Amino acid sequence: MSIKLEHVNYVYSPETAYEIHALKDVNLEIGSGEFIGLIGHTGSGKSTLVQHLNGLMKATSGHVYFHGEDIYAEGYNMRNLRSKVGLVFQYPEHQLFEVDVLSDVCFGPKNQGLSKEEAEARAKEALRMVGLSEEFYKKSPFELSGGQKRRAAIAGVLAMDPEVLILDEPTAGLDPKGRDEILDQISALHKEKKITIVLVSHSMEDVAKYVERIIVMNQGEVMFNDTPREVFRHYKELEAVGLAAPQVTYIMHALKEKGFPVDEDATTIEEARDTILNALKAGGRR
Amino acid sequence: MIRDITLGQYYPADSILHKLDPRVKLVTTLVFIVALFVNNSWVGCVVSTVFLAAVIRLSKVPFKFMVRGLKTIIMILMITVVFNLFLTPGDRVLVSFWKLQITDKGLRTAAFMAIRLIYLIVGSSVMTLTTTPNDLTDAMERLLGPLKKLHVPVHEVSMMMSIALRFIPILLEETDKIMKAQIARGADFESGNLIQKAKSLVPLLVPLFISAFRRANDLAMAMEARCYRGGSGRTKMKPLTYVRRDYIAYAVVAAYLAATIAVRVVL
Repeated sequence: MSIKLEHVNYVYSPETAYEIHALKDVNLEIGSGEFIGLIGHTGSGKSTLVQHLNGLMKATSGHVYFHGEDIYAEGYNMRNLRSKVGLVFQYPEHQLFEVDVLSDVCFGPKNQGLSKEEAEARAKEALRMVGLSEEFYKKSPFELSGGQKRRAAIAGVLAMDPEVLILDEPTAGLDPKGRDEILDQISALHKEKKITIVLVSHSMEDVAKYVERIIVMNQGEVMFNDTPREVFRHYKELEAVGLAAPQVTYIMHALKEKGFPVDEDATTIEEARDTILNALKAGGRR
Repeated sequence: MIRDITLGQYYPADSILHKLDPRVKLVTTLVFIVALFVNNSWVGCVVSTVFLAAVIRLSKVPFKFMVRGLKTIIMILMITVVFNLFLTPGDRVLVSFWKLQITDKGLRTAAFMAIRLIYLIVGSSVMTLTTTPNDLTDAMERLLGPLKKLHVPVHEVSMMMSIALRFIPILLEETDKIMKAQIARGADFESGNLIQKAKSLVPLLVPLFISAFRRANDLAMAMEARCYRGGSGRTKMKPLTYVRRDYIAYAVVAAYLAATIAVRVVL
């Protein structure tokens, strides 16, 4: 078990007119090597939650454990935690600052105390993983396209070689092609390096195809915490809180209602295709 | 992290002070400050205290918000009080040691200075707590309106002020976000000597400047797209108009100023 949250509460601006109870008694476990989707509406507390996972925010009450150690304990090495739990913020390209892509990606590893050579080796490996080839190394980060900037920024966190990688809305503001590329690369990363991934999103569509487990946040509370298949069964409740199940779920349910013998728990387009084809075959035989 | 910086910290509440025309509040604040310095007697202090207490009561803003502003001037306050206390020559020496002495006059000046400074800060806090920054610049634009005849670009200045005010919380939030993002990448903003600290700000300042320019650019574009071309011929969606309570407030303020002057002249 790599990260564990126990009764975590967080209150913004306590005891003022602007008080917001952003997290309410959150209990979670994130195991090593998992691929998790964290879903919630704007303001549901998902961004607040992920900032607790690497100690950037301190819970008003409750405990966070990393490999069984309480990160709020006195003398706990926060810097070490932050290099083990990599956090990619929303619009990470806004954090780029160096003269060229390679030195920007080297910023993290250098802060970890690595030598220039080691840092560059790590940076090059990270850039390879996000699909930025050698021709980009010496380019200014500000010359890149939106999708490329974002990948360079993700590489900046990856180069720190984290055990857990958290991505806060990594696809926000990208076109469908850029979105698919980034998500495919993250998925490949998960398979290749076996790192734990937490993907924050407000779109079920994005995560359904990739993740093994979905955590749904609503108004600071964990609403569902299960496999995509199980979570999407509650599509009516998800709708009630302003989230929607993937379109596939709706089609499957509609087909089922019309009397087609399809599996309404199909969560991806591929699964849906197979079950529809099977249903049609069965229907043809009838 | 740096959320605690308060500037024009508006406190939403439903009070008569919140509803007053911002021009009234601006003028009242100026009058209050003038009155503080006109006054030089204990009776005058009582008048100011009563006035301030009444206004605070009417504002429905918790008292601790009023005194929060005092934290920032505590050093200035101490220095002023200490200097006035020890360095004012007077007729009767109360305490004396080494080269310093406390005289009756020094004690009095120090006390008055402290009261003035504290009241000044609390008084202007009442204004900023009950008035949104935008209302305030609106009021300033209207009050300075006559200067337009002298070709002072009043509208442009007030527009710049409201944009600057509007951008402060945005840039603070942005700073917070970039700081966190860099801390997540192992950046260290706290330790090290002065040069190392200054160097460590580069990863914060470069993205911050870029984002400020980007936002400024976007805003200019959005304003142009909506045909903004400066103040001439521009009308307001919600023009400021005085209603009865504003006139009453003016009358109260005038009475307060008159009372202060009367106390000064009579005593």
